[in-house]
Parts: sequence; structure tokens; C-alpha cells
Amino acid sequence: MTTIDATSPFAPPAGDPPVNYLTATRGLRSWLFTIDHKRIAVMYLVSILTAFLLGGIFALLVRTELWTPGRTIVDADRYNQFFTLHGAIMIFLVLIPGTPAALGNFVLPIMLGAKDLAFPRLNLLSYYLWVAGAVLAVVAIALGSVDTGWTFYVPYSTTTSMGGVVPILTGVLMLGFSSIFTGLNFIVTIHKLRPPGMGWFRMPLLLWSLYATAIMQILATPVLAITLLLLIVERLLQLGIFQPGLGGDPLLYQHFFWFYSHPAVYIMILPAMGVISEIVPVFSRKHIFGYDFIAMSSIAIAMFSFFVWGHHMFVSGQSTLVATIFSLLTYSVSIPSAVKVFNWLATLRGGSISLRTPMLYALAFICLFGLGGLTGLFLGALAANVHLHGTYFIVAHFHYVMMGSALVAMLGGIHYWWPKITGRLYSERWGQLAFVFVFIGFNLTFFPQFLMGTHGMPRRYYNYPPEFQLLNQMSTVGSYLLAVGFVIMAVYLLHSVFAGRPAPANPWGGATLEWRCASPPPTHNFDSPPPVGDPYDYRDLVYNPRSAGYVSAARPAP
Amino acid sequence: MSTLKPTGQPPAAEHSAHLQHQFDNPRQQFDAAVQGMWLFLATEILLFAGLFCVYAVYRANHPEIFYYAHVYLSKPLGALNTAILLCSSFTMATGVWAAQRRRQKLLAAMLVLTFLGACGFLTVKYAEYKHKWEEGLGWGQHYHPKHIAPGFAAHEAEEHGRSLPSPASAPASAATSAPASAPTATLATDAVSLAFEPRSLGPQGLAPSGRVPAQLNPEQEVRNVQTFFAIYFALTGLHGVHVIAGMAVILWLLARTLLGHFAAGYYTPVELGGLYWHLVDIIWIYLFPLLYLIH
Repeated sequence: MTTIDATSPFAPPAGDPPVNYLTATRGLRSWLFTIDHKRIAVMYLVSILTAFLLGGIFALLVRTELWTPGRTIVDADRYNQFFTLHGAIMIFLVLIPGTPAALGNFVLPIMLGAKDLAFPRLNLLSYYLWVAGAVLAVVAIALGSVDTGWTFYVPYSTTTSMGGVVPILTGVLMLGFSSIFTGLNFIVTIHKLRPPGMGWFRMPLLLWSLYATAIMQILATPVLAITLLLLIVERLLQLGIFQPGLGGDPLLYQHFFWFYSHPAVYIMILPAMGVISEIVPVFSRKHIFGYDFIAMSSIAIAMFSFFVWGHHMFVSGQSTLVATIFSLLTYSVSIPSAVKVFNWLATLRGGSISLRTPMLYALAFICLFGLGGLTGLFLGALAANVHLHGTYFIVAHFHYVMMGSALVAMLGGIHYWWPKITGRLYSERWGQLAFVFVFIGFNLTFFPQFLMGTHGMPRRYYNYPPEFQLLNQMSTVGSYLLAVGFVIMAVYLLHSVFAGRPAPANPWGGATLEWRCASPPPTHNFDSPPPVGDPYDYRDLVYNPRSAGYVSAARPAP
Repeated sequence: MSTLKPTGQPPAAEHSAHLQHQFDNPRQQFDAAVQGMWLFLATEILLFAGLFCVYAVYRANHPEIFYYAHVYLSKPLGALNTAILLCSSFTMATGVWAAQRRRQKLLAAMLVLTFLGACGFLTVKYAEYKHKWEEGLGWGQHYHPKHIAPGFAAHEAEEHGRSLPSPASAPASAATSAPASAPTATLATDAVSLAFEPRSLGPQGLAPSGRVPAQLNPEQEVRNVQTFFAIYFALTGLHGVHVIAGMAVILWLLARTLLGHFAAGYYTPVELGGLYWHLVDIIWIYLFPLLYLIH
């Protein structure tokens, strides 16, 4: 029988509180000019959650306007601005940076036993580019706003008189570069800074996901950059590449835009899937099932994501041949995602499930991603797409995958790594309560939208016939429940920072390397890389009630 | 149970100032930097790939625009620019070679020569742009050519052995010319006038697509020639911006060389700057034939 060795190097330190990355240096400048990946991650987390608040407010405004047909609180132009800004903020400021920037930046080097990313200063630059993008988004709102939809289709985006178009396009351009540099950093770090003993197939699965995401960021985002650059020049100088009146081709814009934006949705979901791959085994106390398949499916998703952009354009006049090919490829891209879902389910089976808050979000992910992903297949069928394109069915589909899956996984990750990042434990009771509000609120908001879509209600519409009112009102009520859930979450998380119980090094019993250093970690993470084992082998971890955490059991001498 | 030591030799004394704490040794740091730079170059290639794609799409759909308009570009000037950039790539590579061997004077000289090459490139580019602007060859609504494509008739006669009708037989095309800016009727060097004039705007829609006919019908109008110039200015403009950025990088490297930063065997920034400059060069190598040479 294994005994807990109180002198084990992984036992929580006793005595004076250690100096950690939060307390090592003080002052605003030490944060603004930091190159410590952990501080940068915290700054990202705070900024991204603030942007989420702003995007969420716009969402509530949209849903409130749709409480009744016709005018409820604002006129149609203002409504168009609300949904445009909601979409642009949520996608470009929250979801695309989301998990990689706020969580990946913190966890990736520590999971590798490294002291930092390969390029710490580039990491800081990425953050400042994000800030520039956010500032420009606010400037855009102030300068006359945007009503083009987050997709900025021409010719409307080149002809609309709203003054915020060029600022927001420039902002998104900045955000694109932020994304590119983060991806670049992650790829080189994973290639070069793995510790001895950690081959590719001994890495935690989160790193596979972040790596595949980074490949997509490097290859797809520059295409967005050139598209937006051309759009800006088109609008400012009337270049004539996209506008029909000057001899241009508006459909070319759509091809370029979606060539990036489809991989972009996988940039959003793949890190989320990586988080789930970390949470599920830990809270099942069982080794992940099918490690190799999950790892390779991440790469497969990254590759396939580049081949399916045309499924956003089935009704734009593509030839039937091209549409059929895109439809087939869209079906094939669902296969690696399904592989992951089945492996997670197999991991759960026979495990010792513990329904702590991170696990609740992970389980919610599996359900909601199942729904969202499958409805994506309905949309990939050409005959169905003709009827469903541009309706609320699409809105519901992408909210299930973007919010119900990607965002929910990010929330799970935030709760999972919260003790490591802040050194505090939040209240489990309140965590579970907020989850209930979020889960019920989310489904109440978006499930009726599937029905609205199949009954024919178009998206982005300000007005609707009275027979849609009940479903719209259900959706609006759901959105307010969501808001309540998030408010509760904000309160208990902030409370934990100031008054939460101090967290042990390993509160959940994880076997990946970040649970070997203190919570919160010292600035340099490790003095030297810890020994590398199987990242999902929990047999040596024993719960120590004294510290309310897990410690490595000392093996008895042979 | 062991705490593992970093692998490799302890860094040489002169490198340790530059060794960042997340790396085990200078070689690892250098390799990481080079890998990162190549990834950045991949993003640059994809950036330009978008514009090359625009070129490909428009050329496939409207070859007659490219066929007609490419003669406005000056092949000799384009070739001169190509030669300048190739030479500057050579001087840059020599600079990197010098940095590897700690030969700072040679490095500085090569950086200066590369910079001068870039200046030469921009000078030629400026001359070309100025000429285009004066000739009324801009994008979109700025396209109002003063002359028919110079040498186009001679080009036609030479390539396809046909002559174009004289002004006397010009049909009512003169009456239907664009109201906003009627091009002057003067011809560049040809004695023969063309029956058609290019239009500045295309409210009638895009020119008929399809293969260039074996016999270019004199009555057939080549519409939307401004699209060629939109693509030309977008491609060469973006490239020019990258040349200017490259010049800033070279100046920064020169400053660091003069400050002695590369005296002790550390030359990573030079290597990375060299890679960037070669990319700028190679983009031009693709751009030059596509815009200037093929027809």
C-alpha cells in the first residue's frame, strides 16, 4: 500500500507563503512590460472576459429588440449595428484568441516543463495587438458604427455610409496578426522546448490541439489579412477588385473571406476540444481512451478545415459540381470530430466520475457539441441548405458549436486551471449553480432558434411575422437566464481571488506537469524540468486531506 | 529521482548575454528563432498568395484585359528592378556570411549595398508609378488613358500579322465614348488608329469572358481594363510596402552592427533579416513575369 511521503518534493510547501509570479514584482509597469507568459495570460484572460461582457451586452440588446415584431427598443439601423458588433466582438475578440491566449499561454510552457514560451516578447506583442484591435473596435463604435454583419460582404461594406467600417476592419487586421504570432510561438515552443522524455506522443492532448490550431492560424489568417486589406483599400481608394460597378467580382470576396473564416471556426473549437481531453480523464480518474486517435484527429481537423469553405456559399451561385464536392468534404470533416467524441465517451465509461464544476462544463460540451455538430451535417446537405441558409437554423447551429461548445469548454478550462492561475479555490456550490443557469439558459435561448429556422425565419432580421413571437420570446428569456448565470460566475470567481481558500499544487489530481509546481507557480515555473511520465496515469496520485489536494505517493522500496 | 540538467555544452561566455532562460543552449535558441522566422515567411507567402489568386481568377475569366493592358508596362524597367533585387539578395547573403565570421566591416558594407539596392528599386518603381499616373493609367475610376496602349498596333501586326483599320473607318464608337473623360485621339507611335477605345467604367458589365479570339475583332471593345491596373497597383504596392519595411530592418541591423552587437558570434538578427529580404526578392521574381512578361 502506498504511503504519502510528507518529504516528497511535490508535497505542498509549509511555512511562509512562497513568492509566486503574481507577487514577484509589483507595479503597473511590471505588468505592462512583462514577458512572463503567465502574466500575459492573465492580462489576456481579464481583457477577453471584458470583451465577452461587451459582446454579451450587445447580444442582450439584440434579443430584447426581438421580444416583439417591429420596433421594441431601437430602430432597424441600430439593430443592424447591434448584431454586427455582437458577432465581430465575440468572434474576433473572444473566441478566436480565447482558449489559446488566455489558457494556452499560461499552461502550455508549464505542461512542457519549460520556463516560458519560445518567444516571450512576441507573446507580449501579440497581447498588445489584441488591445489595438479592441481599441479600434471601440473607435469604430464611436465613429458611426458598423451595420454590415460580421462578414462584411461587398458591395454593402464598401458602400454603406456608416463610418465605423474602416476602423473595425483595421482592428480585425490587428487581431489577425495577434493570432498569427501566438500560433507561431506555440509551434516553435512545442517543437523546440519539449523536455527530455516527452516525445510527441507523450505530450498532453491539449498541446496537440494547440499545435493543430497554430497550424491553422499560420496558414489561414494571412488570407484574412489580405482580404481585409483589399476591402479597406477598396473602400478608401475605390480599388475596383470587389465592387461590380468598377468591374470587380463580389463573389471573389466571399471566397477569400470564407477561406479564412472556415478554418477560423476550427481555430475556435480545436483548443476547446483539447481542454475537454484534459478535463474528462482527470475527473473520471481513468486514462484517456484512444490517445493516438485523438492526437491525430486534431491534425486531420486542421487539414480538412481548409477544404470546405464553399459550404458557406451553397446558394451564392456556385456550380453544382463544386457544391457537391464541398458538401462531400464537409461530411468528411465531421469524422475526426466524431472520433474525439467517441473517445471521450469511452474514457467516461467505467470511470469514477466526479461532478465538479470543470467536469460539468466538459459533459455539457459533449452534449452541446453533439447537437451543434450534427446540425452542421444537416446544413452540409445541399438540398437542406437551400432552405436553411440564412435562417435561424444557422444561427442556432453556430451558437451551439461556438458558444455551447467552444465557450463552454473555455469556461471549463477557466474553472479547471483557476486554482493554478490564482492560487485560490472558488466555491464549488456556487460554481454548480452558475452552471445550471448557463446550461438551461443556453438551451432555452438557442433550441427554439432551430425551430424558428425550419419554420422559415431569416437571420439578421429586425422584423418578423407574429407567429414567430412565442419562439422569439422563449429565446429572449433564455438569454436573460444566461446573463444571470454569468453574473453569478463573475461574483464567485472574483470573490475567490480575494477571499478564496488557498489552493494546493494539485487540487484535482491531474498528472500533467502543471500540477507539479505550486499554485500559483513561481515566475520561472520549474528550476529544472520535472520527470516526464504518462500525462494520464493517475495511479500514483493520492488525495491528501490535509492539503485538500493530490500528491504523488512515494513508491515503497523494491 | 533526478533533477535533469540542461543538455548540451554550457554556453560560451560571449553568448550567455543573449541566452534567454527558457532555452538550454544558444544553438537551440538560434534554431528556434530560424524556425519561427520561416513560419512568419509562410504567412507572408500566404498573404501574397491571396493577391496572386485575384490575378489568376481575373486572368482566367478575362484574358483579353491582360492581353491588352500588359503592354502598358515597361519590360526594361521591370527587368532592371529584377536585376537590382537579385543583386541586393546577393549582397544580403554575403552580409550574413560576414556576420557568421564576425567580419563586421564587411557586414556593414553589405548592409549598405543592400539598402542602396532597395533605394534603387524604389526609385525605378516611383518612376513607373509616376508615368502611369501621368498617362491616366490608374485603378477604378482613375483609369482614363491618354494613349492607346503604346505599340499595341505594332504588337498586333508583328504577332498576328494583321493590321488594324484606319481612323476613317472608325464607326460610331467615338460617339459612344465615355462621357466623363474622353481620351484624346492621339496615338503613341502608331500610324494606324484603333477602332476601339478602352472604357474607364463598365456600367454595362464585365467584358465577355472566354479565350482571346484568334482574330481580335476590331469592333470588340476591351472593357474594364482598369481591373488590370487595380491588380497591378495592389500587387506592386503591397510588395513596395514590404520593401520599405525591409529597408527599415536593414537600417536597424546596420545600427546594431555599428554598435558592435554582432562582434562576438551572435548574429541571429542578421540571419532573420536576410531571410526576410530573400522573401521580398522572391515575391518580385514571381510578380515580374506574371505582370510584365507573359501575354
